[in-house]
Amino acid sequence: MTVPNFETTIGLEVHIELKTQSKAMSPAPAEYGAQPNQKTNVIDWGYPGVLPQANQGALEYGMMAATALHASVTRDLHWDRKNYFYPDNPKAYQITQQETPIGREGWLEIEVDGEKKRVGITELHVEEDAGKNTHGTDGYSYVDLNRQGTPLIEIVGAPDLHSPEEAYAYLEALREAIQFTGISDVKMQEGSMRVDANISIRPVGSDQYGTKVELKNLNSFNYVRKGLAFEEERQAKIYLAGGTVRQQTRRYDEATGGTILMREKETADDYRYFPEPDLAPIKVSDEWVDEVAQRLPKSAPERRAHYVGTLGLEPYDAKVLTQTLAMSDFFDATVAAGANPKRAANYLMGDVNAYLNEKQVDLEDTQLTPAHLAAMINLIEDGTISTKMAKRVFTAITEGKDPIAFVEEKGLKQLSDPKDLQPIIDQVLDANEQSVIDFHGGKDRAVGYLIGQIMKVTHGNANPSVVNQLLMTALQARKPE
Amino acid sequence: MAQEPLSKTEVEAVASLAKLTLQPEEAASMTEQLAKIFDLVNTLAEVDTTGVKPTYSPSDVQNVLRADVAVDAQQATALLANAPEREGDLIKVPAIIDEGADK
Repeated sequence: MTVPNFETTIGLEVHIELKTQSKAMSPAPAEYGAQPNQKTNVIDWGYPGVLPQANQGALEYGMMAATALHASVTRDLHWDRKNYFYPDNPKAYQITQQETPIGREGWLEIEVDGEKKRVGITELHVEEDAGKNTHGTDGYSYVDLNRQGTPLIEIVGAPDLHSPEEAYAYLEALREAIQFTGISDVKMQEGSMRVDANISIRPVGSDQYGTKVELKNLNSFNYVRKGLAFEEERQAKIYLAGGTVRQQTRRYDEATGGTILMREKETADDYRYFPEPDLAPIKVSDEWVDEVAQRLPKSAPERRAHYVGTLGLEPYDAKVLTQTLAMSDFFDATVAAGANPKRAANYLMGDVNAYLNEKQVDLEDTQLTPAHLAAMINLIEDGTISTKMAKRVFTAITEGKDPIAFVEEKGLKQLSDPKDLQPIIDQVLDANEQSVIDFHGGKDRAVGYLIGQIMKVTHGNANPSVVNQLLMTALQARKPE
Repeated sequence: MAQEPLSKTEVEAVASLAKLTLQPEEAASMTEQLAKIFDLVNTLAEVDTTGVKPTYSPSDVQNVLRADVAVDAQQATALLANAPEREGDLIKVPAIIDEGADK
């Protein structure tokens, strides 16, 4: 929703944490969940005399992100220092790429209300994250430097977004594009994706932007949308009352859905950027860019086109399968292991997703494997087990059991051979003469009853379609004179 | 390109960025000393650098990069022992609100 008579301008700045083994400028492990300060070394603490050691992996992830976002990769790179004092930043500067961002002039396609639009990405920087500062109520802050130095990419979006809905769509497109590069988990709730928003409004037709307000504490895509919608209204009210919007940083308040003033900026921050003297400049060759680009997994749109075009899936199913890279990779591997694509898709979207939701786990943290799922699907396809039996087999494969061994062990084989089924059917018909008479008297219900009896005798292991076929033939043969 | 003479206001601004509190007489002497350093550096401005690429490093060495391999230094105990104050495994510092984070 945009406010009538005003035009909204939004630019998003997104920080994404990279899944490297080590930190951006030190070999300390880039790991979460450890005891405070355990994953740190003298470089992270900014000890006198230490020198940064730039991580090639982080730089290459930056190149991958740039490529995935259709940006050009900068060939002459150097690092810069951004100077500021804060306890979570012990050396009092952050190493970043102010002057030579790894990527420039990219774009993403978004779709809002069926309308497609390209949104610009101004630039991408590889840089270091800060540590974690927790404010106590006792006048002290408590610092954990485990996160200090973990590599980030900062993705500076162009001010091309004109509504909170477009901002939301941009974030979804960005998350998808980055997730399918495999360089980050891009999870807002875990802080591996963080969003700051700049928003201003101006009367329609004005050629000057309004004063922009920066929004922080936007901890979900939904909060981004709500916070921006609140700001549009707040700023419009000020303008309509003849006031002026002040340049502020405001915090989104999750409890009220509004924004609260954090600070007012009179002047721009002065970070005294200068080239980092402790690191050598970097020359990026065409070969290097190509080599890194080749390591990129297929993008989500490419995968969807393949699923629909080649594998014959519905577009909706293709969309669901590409919600996460893990799901899409799992599907590809299941199909590669010989499973019928439609059945594999149905299992992933149905039983597997239900299982993940119930257990609140990610696919990669389960014992499910593409090989086991494919083997189970093939057991269904060749008639060995029914889809009903497959429920038990599915539970077994979530526990890491081999489906073929499980089926043998539990005697879960479906009776599909007419040689085995015919005597059982004859036996059931002999015992239920009245049902045979009812059937020929036009009571179709009798068939259901007879099938039920056959299933009872076979403990549910009979192949329903084979039973159906044999039963109908047998019934016709017993037509009363 | 010759620089404007350094003003006392600029010196105070730089001091504040560096979290330094200067007494008035210190500000005056700093301005004087810094101005001399500026003058010295300004002699470089006499060189015609038209068409010369900026030098980002005094050395010709390029592409010094470390492979992405984690090394757990196991230094936390020693590092925390050097912290001015600590609370468990956390470093305890005077609270500074409303700056930093997500630069």
